[in-house]
Amino acid sequence: MKRNRTKLPGIYLGLVLAFIYLPIVFVVVFSFNGSRSTAVWKGFSLEWYQALFQDTSIWEALGNSLLLGVISCLAAAVIGTLGAVGLMKVEFRSKGVTEYISTLPIMIPEIILGMVFMAFFSVLSLPFGMVTLVIAHTAFCIPYILMMVKARMAGMDPALEEAAMDLGATPVRTFFDVTLPLVMPAVMSGAMLAFAMSLDDVVISIFVNGPRLNTLPVKVYTQMKFGVTPEINALCTVMLAVTLVIWGLKKLMDKGGNMR
Amino acid sequence: MEQRPECTGGSGGQEMRKKKDLWSFTVVPLYVFTIVFVVGPLLYMIALSFATNREGYGVDWIFTLENYKRILDPVYLDTFLQSLKLAFTSTLSIMLLGYPFGYFMAKLSSRWKSRVMMFLMLPFWINSLIRLYGWIVILQTKGVLNGSLMRLGIIDEPLKMLYSYPSVLLGMIYTLLPFMILSVYSSAEKLDWSLVEAARDLGADAVQAFCSVTLKMTLPGLLSGMILTFIPSMGLFFIADILGGNKIVLVGSLIQDQMTRGSDWPFAAALAVVLTLLTTLIIYLYRRITHTSELEGLY
Repeated sequence: MKRNRTKLPGIYLGLVLAFIYLPIVFVVVFSFNGSRSTAVWKGFSLEWYQALFQDTSIWEALGNSLLLGVISCLAAAVIGTLGAVGLMKVEFRSKGVTEYISTLPIMIPEIILGMVFMAFFSVLSLPFGMVTLVIAHTAFCIPYILMMVKARMAGMDPALEEAAMDLGATPVRTFFDVTLPLVMPAVMSGAMLAFAMSLDDVVISIFVNGPRLNTLPVKVYTQMKFGVTPEINALCTVMLAVTLVIWGLKKLMDKGGNMR
Repeated sequence: MEQRPECTGGSGGQEMRKKKDLWSFTVVPLYVFTIVFVVGPLLYMIALSFATNREGYGVDWIFTLENYKRILDPVYLDTFLQSLKLAFTSTLSIMLLGYPFGYFMAKLSSRWKSRVMMFLMLPFWINSLIRLYGWIVILQTKGVLNGSLMRLGIIDEPLKMLYSYPSVLLGMIYTLLPFMILSVYSSAEKLDWSLVEAARDLGADAVQAFCSVTLKMTLPGLLSGMILTFIPSMGLFFIADILGGNKIVLVGSLIQDQMTRGSDWPFAAALAVVLTLLTTLIIYLYRRITHTSELEGLY
């Protein structure tokens, strides 16, 4: 592969990556700008961070988002993992259909999922708020975990479980002592991905959040529609920092279970 | 729908059978959740699309095809066509930008591969709104780009770049590009490069070798990338909203509008059914062409 090696591919990769990072850099830089303007640099300042930290509605929205992400990820992790394990073990005719339908939430456009949830929940007369948000988010978190765990199970040696059973372990015991530890890395990375998707979601949340409850992305979205303020720059930078921390944690975890 | 594995009455007490039955219970939560909260709402959407909208608020359960007929109304048909046009344009641009990226990336040394992957995935984890917001900062009338261009003396008057079709297109490309790159990469990475060399040794020139081997082998990734960009680009109404002002109306924006302000749910449902059918058709075609059941590089 040594022949005709040019610098061109490297330059191309660099340029596209620069395109990807360009807007992020500007958001971060202008969050420290000492002026309301987002065109001219007026010196370093932390005033927008001050304004941000005094805005309680943003903190409330952040709290809602985190709570929502954690609950729906946990629920999805339990349902998805059990489902993936079960689907691998049993053979029944509707297996393919079940798999297809359970990955539907990430196959159809988000807008449709959001709109059908809105219509469906109002028919069930569920009050719009945290409960509806959790159900909706769990629905699109499950596929990520299901697919990750399924991929992991496919590469697993069934002899390990059989050995445990032969040695007298009950199926429940086998699940907790053998299967679960083996699929745990997949559960974790699926859950991380799902959590990120939950924290990122605007389209579905905006349909089911109800009039009084804001998640952080919904809050940012509505503020952005009213115009550009440097507080959003600051908020975005803070969110960026948080994402980096979560991402770093995930990297560490992936390393911990370095089977990938 | 509920199809449990039959417990064949044979009281032989076959141990394997019993164990399998127990395992099948672990699927139950997934089953129940999926039926109640995925199949249920989708069926309801279909039913709703044939119902009659009541003046004001609510629905009358009288069968009608009026909602579907309304889609053919030039105003709404235009929206559909505009959405499709945008989706095609953005998918094509993303393909042209993303394919070389995924291809070159797969040719890197494994050390650089993981570095580039890291740089690629990092923004992926950042809230997509934030990344779009960065473009507002750059593109707005008093924004970075106009400021720089004016200071360089290239333009005298600030250009109106934000709230236009190109800026929506830019937003789509920007948001969806990583999906294409990852799909192409995951299939280019599996490519056996010795096949390309074999083609070259047998006398094919670089272009021929690329077309007959590389492109063919990476087609599943390319197609799956196209699906992963085409489908969302019809529904991502917030991109059109933020970067397009209210000038660009997509099917997604239309559905959202009908659900909230317009409060014509049956019509919104009909739009959604058509969009879902379109999506399903695209995925079905993908499966027929590539003979695979899962999208390449989806996770």
